[in-house]
Amino acid sequence: MLDLAIAYNRYRFLGDEFLTWLWFLIENDQHAFRTIDSDCTAVEIGSRIVLENRKRKSLERISIRGDDAGLEEGRLALKKGALLTELSLVFKTGEYQWAFSLKGESLNLSSLKTPGPSLPPSPEEMELFFLDKAERINKITNFVEIAFKMFVRIRVTSKWPNKIVPNIKKWINSIEV
Amino acid sequence: MGLLSSAISITRYRVDGKIENPVTEAVTKGLEKNTIANIDDDPAEKSVGWTSFDKPFSPNFEGSSFLFGNLFVFSLRIDRKSIPSKLLKKYVTIETSKRLNKTRQRFLSKDEKKAIKDKVLTDLAIRVPSTPNIYDLIWNYEKSDVYLFSNLRSANEELESLFKRSFNLSLIRFFPYTAADLLSDLSDPERDTLIGLSPTHFSD
Repeated sequence: MLDLAIAYNRYRFLGDEFLTWLWFLIENDQHAFRTIDSDCTAVEIGSRIVLENRKRKSLERISIRGDDAGLEEGRLALKKGALLTELSLVFKTGEYQWAFSLKGESLNLSSLKTPGPSLPPSPEEMELFFLDKAERINKITNFVEIAFKMFVRIRVTSKWPNKIVPNIKKWINSIEV
Repeated sequence: MGLLSSAISITRYRVDGKIENPVTEAVTKGLEKNTIANIDDDPAEKSVGWTSFDKPFSPNFEGSSFLFGNLFVFSLRIDRKSIPSKLLKKYVTIETSKRLNKTRQRFLSKDEKKAIKDKVLTDLAIRVPSTPNIYDLIWNYEKSDVYLFSNLRSANEELESLFKRSFNLSLIRFFPYTAADLLSDLSDPERDTLIGLSPTHFSD
């Protein structure tokens, strides 16, 4: 394995590309999420996306907040060469939903809200509550890990430049200005 | 910053290696050896150690109390003392005046000023209580996964070094490169391709 401090910066683009690919799947191929987790009924963009344009001399950061707000603006920023650096997502099953944010550079999860109570009904039920909570957290960490694995396995093949990238470009360019 | 918060942050790690058997005893030993030390009434400005998830101010790892199902659950605690600069300045000024009066000098040397500042800092550190920060973690031993419930860099760095000191095991933090390398079951040629990748440009 490479020196980790160097690898962190050298390959942070993989995380940004992963988020862009996820956004593309959300809008174009929801079925892919069911192959990752059969309980999944939908994955949606949450209330915040952050993009960075490093093509310009100074770094330009675009933060879009609000429910269902400004996705066109985000795609427009992609069209201008920005990269998606943070994405908030909603993961849905038939009964429940999880909301969380994912950072491209670190793949860290933040603002994760799991379904169910946030405190045990009584101190005696702590272990049962805790194991249930851990399982609900694992649902999302597993989802992210399998999705990332799927992305990497495509990214190292010719399918990425030959099929996926042209499709993502087509999707980005389909936005009307 | 914990597992029971309504909104959770998670940094994921892979544990590099396995602990000696019997595992639970070895973990108990590592936790007890590095339990958070109380630094109130002590000149130390910082203390880092393990504490109990359910009783963070009364750490106790007896009887495998940190074992929930097949998960080890405990917390990293970082206690810090913060001495306000104006408070420090006040006492340095008082001590400097006392010293000048006593020695009938007009000025103090650089070394004397430093000695006064160090003494004031030590005295204040004994009097000022520490502020605790607690970060819960789950260690799934079977999967070799650790989740730290914080994304703070300082907490990540303290965890990595304390974990190594306690269990003689390194933690590999998940980020795009490590996750690609550890999770994706890449063949050697695919790993070579991964190393050679460069950014994609989605815009024309």
